[in-house]
Amino acid sequence: MAQALESDPDVEMILGMGTSEPSVPLERAEFVRADQTYSILSRIVRATQVDTIVHTFLVVDSTRVSSRLMHEINVIGTMNLLAAAGQSGSSVRQVVVKSASLVYGAASTDPTWFREEMARTSPARTRVERSLLEVEGFVRDFAEDNPATVVTVLRFANVLGTDIVTPISSNLSRALCPSVGGYDPLLQFIEEDDVVRCLEHVTRHRIPGLYNVAGTGRLPWSEVAGMCGTRLLPLPPAGTRAAASALVRMKLIEFPPELDGLLRYGRGIDTTRITKAGYHCRYSTAGAVDSFIQATRLRRSLGKQPIAYTYEQDVEQFFRRSSAVLRPDGTV
Amino acid sequence: MVTSRETAHREQRAALVPLPRPAEPADNGLRLSDVDEWGRSAHMRELARQLYAPLYEKWFRVEWEGLERIPRQGGALLVANHAGAIPSDAPVIMHGIEKELGRPVYGLADYFFRSAPWVGTMWARLGGVPAHPDNALRILRDQGDLCLVFPEGTKGPSKTYTDRYRLRRFGRGGFVEIAMRAGVPVIPIAVVGAEESMPILFRLPSVAKVLGVPYVPVTANMLALGPLGLLGYFPAKFKLRVLEPVTFDVPPGQERYSKSRVMDEAEKIRLHLQETLYEMLRARRSVWFG
Repeated sequence: MAQALESDPDVEMILGMGTSEPSVPLERAEFVRADQTYSILSRIVRATQVDTIVHTFLVVDSTRVSSRLMHEINVIGTMNLLAAAGQSGSSVRQVVVKSASLVYGAASTDPTWFREEMARTSPARTRVERSLLEVEGFVRDFAEDNPATVVTVLRFANVLGTDIVTPISSNLSRALCPSVGGYDPLLQFIEEDDVVRCLEHVTRHRIPGLYNVAGTGRLPWSEVAGMCGTRLLPLPPAGTRAAASALVRMKLIEFPPELDGLLRYGRGIDTTRITKAGYHCRYSTAGAVDSFIQATRLRRSLGKQPIAYTYEQDVEQFFRRSSAVLRPDGTV
Repeated sequence: MVTSRETAHREQRAALVPLPRPAEPADNGLRLSDVDEWGRSAHMRELARQLYAPLYEKWFRVEWEGLERIPRQGGALLVANHAGAIPSDAPVIMHGIEKELGRPVYGLADYFFRSAPWVGTMWARLGGVPAHPDNALRILRDQGDLCLVFPEGTKGPSKTYTDRYRLRRFGRGGFVEIAMRAGVPVIPIAVVGAEESMPILFRLPSVAKVLGVPYVPVTANMLALGPLGLLGYFPAKFKLRVLEPVTFDVPPGQERYSKSRVMDEAEKIRLHLQETLYEMLRARRSVWFG
């Protein structure tokens, strides 16, 4: 995201914040390390007078962190972020929140496509869904209390792509991939590149509102597995989680509770609204799956080491700052 | 820093250059199956049509009346009476219209169908869609296709043989509201024959509760054929009559419509369908030969 914004000369300053150092080379952006709850954010906002906050740090994958940490990051982190943005005399004019289509859940009573204004049809039972709903509630309140601030919430479909690791992607890159016996749900994916480009689009054009974002088309889970060259391992339709938890313990599959509903009923989100707002996904659902497959193939051939130019901080700093380097415009 | 004049200049330039709109992403070559966004598979539907054709022509010997009342294009909501322990009327209507008119029909089914493993997946591949109002609206208004719904819901097929051809309550009239919103006509279809193809003698409510299904029937077919009776229909003669399309003189696209108007219209359609059924039964000489 920061990389994408750097190329825009209209953007004066980019400030990144996270719990770990950035993993990609950044040319202009500065970076601040923070704890998971962003408790320092209000001071930073006051000190730097930023006008836009892009909140991309919500946890949507419950297998990576404990539920307590997830609560800290999602709920408390967002509260701190919105408190910083809404403090009196705040310079913040826009807040962009990256949410997930998980907020719709997955149930047999669902419509085939969810529009943004539709409520989920089943109560949220998993922790990650509950925390995302709570976060979106805060954002809604914030938008109501601060009508002058542009507030954008993007609900992304399940992400697949070259680098991102999710329970779905790790299942798909194994020889055996779980499914629920008797069900072949239709899923929607978005390529990670499209996630970044969409965040950039709404940030740059200051587009307020709530949007679903997904690649066009929906694919049956069996077809996704077929494209990825993995075999489906059907779990029993009754007692699915008990059977899954045994396999999870043996580290054969990943099966967070959110997958139980998703692999039965699938999920579809209607993307008419974001299309009208001017954003068109580069990858369709099948395209996202294909991009993931190509990246997996490449990793299989080359191993895990980074494939692009390895970023060497010192050399870059030398080129950028040293007086020994001649600038193209003649200045030193 | 970039001055505002430069920015404006660049925007102007960008506006003059015809930027290529990203083309609709083509999935050709990537896809492995032909399952569409609704979950329907064209080749599975073709296969099912071939398998079902003998049953339709030789076993049920289906006869249609008033097929010309179904429009050749544009959306329309088909409503019919619903009967038989495992309703035989839905495939008959869908197959019949697809064969005679060459138009696809989307069959709306109870959510229970979707939650049933294997059955739900098969139903979706063959053209079934979960009965959510928004789904119906997309099919009728946005796609302009035909949509089949049984307003009685599961109350229709779960009734016992003693109640045959007596229409149950028509839900909450939701089908009328959807047709109003989509701005399409409702076309009632009276079906005779489904009741006798798999009559229910009695139900087992306690078993249904344990299994979590809407009803567990004990059918005459089961008594005659044993467990095979779940699959085997009696060769009742099917006669279907398409009634005059009902249009509503209301503006489409409204969020809500007058409840009393909706209930009145639903009741009118129900009465008309019921009258037609009695009329067809009066003319019927034999259950098996029509």
